[in-house]
Amino acid sequence: MTIAHQTWSADAARAVIATCDEPGPVLISLQALQHAFGYVHPDATQLVADAFNVSRADVYGVLTYYSDLRTTPPSEVEVRVCMGEACQAVGARELMAAAQQHLGPRCDVQAVFCMGNCALGPTAVVAGRLHGRVTTVGLANSVSRALGSTEAGERQ
Amino acid sequence: MITLYVPRDSASRSVGADEVAERLAALLPDASIVRNGSRGMLWLEPLVEIQTPEGRVAYGPVEESDVASLAAALLADGEHSLCLGLTDELPWLASQERLTFGRVGVIDPLDPDDYLAHGGIAGLRRALTMDRTSIVDEVADSGLRGRGGAGFPAGIKWRTVEATASAQKYVCVNADEGDSGTFADRMLMEGDPFTLLEGMAIAGVAVGATIGYVYIRSEYPDAIATMQSAIGLARDRGWLGSDLLSSGLAFDVHVRVGAGSYVCGEETAMLESLEGKRGIVRAKPPLPAISGLFGQPTVINNVLTIAAVPYILEHGPQAYAAFGIGRSLGTSVYQLGGNIAQGGIVERGFGISLAELVNGYGGGTRSGRPVRAVQVGGPLGAYLPAHALDVAMDYESLAAAGGMLGHGGVVVFDETVDMAEQARFAMEFCAEESCGKCTPCRIGSTRGVEVIDRIRSGEDREANTALLIDLCEVMTDGSLCAMGGLTPMPVLSALRNFSEDFNRSTNDEWSTDDHPA
Repeated sequence: MTIAHQTWSADAARAVIATCDEPGPVLISLQALQHAFGYVHPDATQLVADAFNVSRADVYGVLTYYSDLRTTPPSEVEVRVCMGEACQAVGARELMAAAQQHLGPRCDVQAVFCMGNCALGPTAVVAGRLHGRVTTVGLANSVSRALGSTEAGERQ
Repeated sequence: MITLYVPRDSASRSVGADEVAERLAALLPDASIVRNGSRGMLWLEPLVEIQTPEGRVAYGPVEESDVASLAAALLADGEHSLCLGLTDELPWLASQERLTFGRVGVIDPLDPDDYLAHGGIAGLRRALTMDRTSIVDEVADSGLRGRGGAGFPAGIKWRTVEATASAQKYVCVNADEGDSGTFADRMLMEGDPFTLLEGMAIAGVAVGATIGYVYIRSEYPDAIATMQSAIGLARDRGWLGSDLLSSGLAFDVHVRVGAGSYVCGEETAMLESLEGKRGIVRAKPPLPAISGLFGQPTVINNVLTIAAVPYILEHGPQAYAAFGIGRSLGTSVYQLGGNIAQGGIVERGFGISLAELVNGYGGGTRSGRPVRAVQVGGPLGAYLPAHALDVAMDYESLAAAGGMLGHGGVVVFDETVDMAEQARFAMEFCAEESCGKCTPCRIGSTRGVEVIDRIRSGEDREANTALLIDLCEVMTDGSLCAMGGLTPMPVLSALRNFSEDFNRSTNDEWSTDDHPA
């Protein structure tokens, strides 16, 4: 469930950037870097700028504009609670308050706006998996399962 | 051998469809299990169907604990407490007019032969026998208007692109379905991706474009995966590629994934994002139809607009225009969400009343409490009170009622909702998602949160309410795009229809100020 990420290095990053040969490659290359390493290392802005002959400022502007892109490694378990109106109508605010309890060194909790599950809210994504009609108890179970499976993964 | 259907739609999966499919496969090793799209009756998910000589019989909602008894029943006479009867005869479904969603939930989304067996590619085949202007004329004659929210006639847009000379033109499909309460684009891409690709190919042939992009939000990983698989399969069949159905014409499609920006659903911001830049709104003119992606003539349409095209080309423009009312012709795919008993997809001709959607199809609230407010058209749409639901669901009627149809999302709230909180959220959402290019949106949204907080805390209520109305006027008239320009719609409709909620003070349990996304 948890995607294994490579360890950041400039050479590995250059290899990832080299695969991005579509038109308008800056955003695509940043997404590819995040996919490979789990985040975009701040040093990557220069590498992307060099690869596509644009200013480092252009790359930095794209990197900081999109909320998906992050410059620090992700937590082991990412919890995203939908705060769109449709989920608010069925208790998303209460679910978010409950989700905050799980915040910790290994678990990050964020608000998102709409996962397209608006008839089966409230909705949360735990470690990449979409859950509908989420209760506070159901969320707690999903989070502990996800934390348990990352531990199991580390032992192997 | 028995054939079972268990949806692969991400809404179905969010309530356990994968587990149900796995358990069924284990208990019925000889059964063939098709992972179809969802029929759109989402409150019945996971919905399991079995093929019988009379047609498909539905069971739902099936929980993991029901699977053992269901498997036994399926091997015997089919009797089970979850049995709903023949799927096609369920009144909720049988009363619909499914043109765009005709195959969703019916076919295996990634089986090209199933697509062909259900009428697929007939529209493209016919388009390839016509000249470009005739295709554009048929789309114009069908009355098809943009389903993304603006409702601009698709035929006029296509005609502009067709008539603009250029060595390279593009077809860009906007699948950045960020409005809360909308999920039809997602369900179509997950449940019948070839329809979208066929519509894009027809658009490409009609305007002389050879490259298409589908810009899908990152929040839709299943839709992204399904579209990518479908593109590969379509290329294998010659439905995409350098020689469409041996016509000598080329058209190919690529998926591009968004990166968590709501405003990239605005067409010019989407173009910037497709070009790899910050998703910031462009000033118009120039129109994207003349100078769009990489400065070239570009058709930009919503998923549902393009997905309506194969039907129009297969059956002719009159068949499509026979549905709907006034200047809103054809069908609309309404999406029922929020606090609703029977949420899902209702495709009907334009003009059905909101009451029929909310109380008829929707069955009222899920909580069982009375309906208090209904937001139509996403986060930028109006909040309508329960007594105003007799409005017809078409572009003109909703505009006359002070609202907008948007992408067809209907979000229901029961009597526990605090409408001042919802108004505040609308401003807060705008502040969070504003691209920052124009001042009314960038500054006005945060100012709006501050002013609503003052009203709610009882600070000089009359003057601050006047200030809020004035601010909304500036945002409406002065913003570059719909983000800032329409945020006042939920705010002012809440203030107008639910003014009592602004006269009491409350404490926030949660706010994006404390927990940035």
